[in-house]
Amino acid sequence: MTTMQDTARILLAKIGLDGHDRGVKVLANALRDAGMEVIYLGMRIPPEQIAVAALEENVDAIGISLLSGAHMRLIPKVVKALEDQGILGQPLLLVGGTIPDDDIEPLKKIGVDGIFPVGSPLQAIVDFIKENRRSRS
Amino acid sequence: MGLFDEEAVKAVTEKRKDWEKNELNNVLERAPERLDNFQTVSGIPIERIYTPEHVKDLDYETDLGFPGSYPYTRGVYPTMYRGRLWTRRQIAGFGTARSTNERYKFLMAHGQSGLSTDFDHPTLTGYDSDHILAEGEVGRLGVAIDTLADMEDLYDGINLEKVSVSLTINHPAIILLSMFLAYAESVGVPWETLRGTVQNDALKEFHGQKTFALPPRPAYKVTMDLVEFCTRHVPGWNTISISGYHTREAGSDAAQEVAFTIAQGMSYVEGGLARGLTIDEFGPRLSFFFGCHNDFFEEASKFRAARRMWARITKERYGATNPQAMLMRFHTQTLGSTLVRQNPKNNIVRGAIQAMAGALGGTQSLHVSGYDEAYDIPSEDAMRMSLSTQLIVATESGVTNTIDPLAGSYFVETMTNEIEERAWAYLHKLEDMGGGNILDGMFAGIESGYIESEISRAAYTYQRRIESNEYTVVGVNDFISEDSQPLELYEHDEKEEQRQLDRLEHVKVTRNADMTNRALDELQKAAKADDNLVPPVLAAVRAYATEGEIMAALQSVYGEHTDPAIF
Repeated sequence: MTTMQDTARILLAKIGLDGHDRGVKVLANALRDAGMEVIYLGMRIPPEQIAVAALEENVDAIGISLLSGAHMRLIPKVVKALEDQGILGQPLLLVGGTIPDDDIEPLKKIGVDGIFPVGSPLQAIVDFIKENRRSRS
Repeated sequence: MGLFDEEAVKAVTEKRKDWEKNELNNVLERAPERLDNFQTVSGIPIERIYTPEHVKDLDYETDLGFPGSYPYTRGVYPTMYRGRLWTRRQIAGFGTARSTNERYKFLMAHGQSGLSTDFDHPTLTGYDSDHILAEGEVGRLGVAIDTLADMEDLYDGINLEKVSVSLTINHPAIILLSMFLAYAESVGVPWETLRGTVQNDALKEFHGQKTFALPPRPAYKVTMDLVEFCTRHVPGWNTISISGYHTREAGSDAAQEVAFTIAQGMSYVEGGLARGLTIDEFGPRLSFFFGCHNDFFEEASKFRAARRMWARITKERYGATNPQAMLMRFHTQTLGSTLVRQNPKNNIVRGAIQAMAGALGGTQSLHVSGYDEAYDIPSEDAMRMSLSTQLIVATESGVTNTIDPLAGSYFVETMTNEIEERAWAYLHKLEDMGGGNILDGMFAGIESGYIESEISRAAYTYQRRIESNEYTVVGVNDFISEDSQPLELYEHDEKEEQRQLDRLEHVKVTRNADMTNRALDELQKAAKADDNLVPPVLAAVRAYATEGEIMAALQSVYGEHTDPAIF
């Protein structure tokens, strides 16, 4: 058992085949400059791999970026994979990208903690993680 | 010879000093300027005023020339838009080929003059619609194409002898263009009469669009196979649309966009020469594709600088003598990344400004991005608005009545020089990395992550400028208004994915499996033997091999590429 550490650890990844990685990389820089430790897995990462990495790296938050419009199909798979690893609800689950307003509530219902559509200020994401970070088990 | 005589410039300098001392300083003491430092969107410093002093070394003949004449700074054709307006080419593609075919007919009925096809992510990355990774993305951001049967639906009823077609596809370009050629053949259109473009820019995939399927060197080889084949058999086809658009979307600044795009172009020229083609024969079929950002003068200058650089490089470095091989003809797309969610109809105005900069930069064709694209792919209303934007800029604004009206502006000429200079600095760096040639420099720049990290750095700098309010985006970091503008967004038809899966399944069970397998074996052998792969790919698509099967055959020889995840 570890206690709450000062440095937040954040796992970032893109899922699906979508190649729009500008936002996630800008965010990776911003989180790092905010003193967080960033593990960026890259693009085309299967949900299972994200869940395993989140468990192994004992992260405080997982950020999934997608601008493919496939979030309603793919995010539930990430949620399921986290459930399978027994860590759903432990690290914060954040989703960013082209998410229409109507999809925000349904995503929150299945366990997404924060949704940051394109154009969200980086500071808002940094603050969200700082304020909502749960202690690691 | 400079444009101004020395004495005249000296007189301007003296007058300027007087003006600064008397009028300007008085005002500055009372009312300081809004900012300490003015700069372009790309971070190039901008002075208070530009005068003949800034352009005293400009030589009209060697730096500007006349439209349609070397170095083409003022435009690639002698009459430009006085002769013919740019081609209004809105890209479209979604769902199944049948749905996209309907959209094409709609666009053509609303003033569109050329077609451009957007493929979905599975198609762009070389996967079939039934691949596990394709789930949820089939027909989502573009049209789903798996086999020749889909290509037959896509252009059904469109006269390919009259309408030029652009295929926005890269690593699988060899497969999709082969399908297109096979389709043209089947409807009796001779390849010699086809006009159009295939993006086929393998190198930009690694730092721009990121829909790669093959590692850098094999991807480049396949691109060059297509160039070689088309030069010999499809002479009216633009074999590569050398793309800076995606690099800019990935966050580069304007000078990086010019530099990396030209470096890609130089790499393809070097490849063509290595295959025994002459630049005079394949150079005329290379075209370009740029983005257009909000900084009006920077963008217009960027296009002028790029055009002049390409002319100088092709002529002086590669020895082109055919003027057609020196022309940088380009397509412009207003940048999706400049569109914001807040007050989305403001994006119509951004599109108009960017379209205007493209026009003043001398573009050959244009796509104005939809105002609703921060939410989803454009609705029909947004596409209609984009076409109207183009038409209003082209007609009502009057900017098309004379050629290159910004020429001679002290500011624009200075900015044009500045962007060229900055782009050259990158080219020299790549050249050093490649031990004297750009192609090896490109590979080194890609493989070491240098290009990607340069772009990433620029993207982060830009975002920080927005967040620190150094750069204003209306409705985002200033002038925020709460009024909501409800949009009728594009409605994705979830059933399209299943329709596509059924169609693919149908093709697989009705084709002659022996013929398909034989063709795939032959392709694999040709890849191992390092042959030109277009003929065996053509044979495979005619046997209704799927895109994914063909790509898998190539990957079995060449391997795959994984994202280095650099930030």
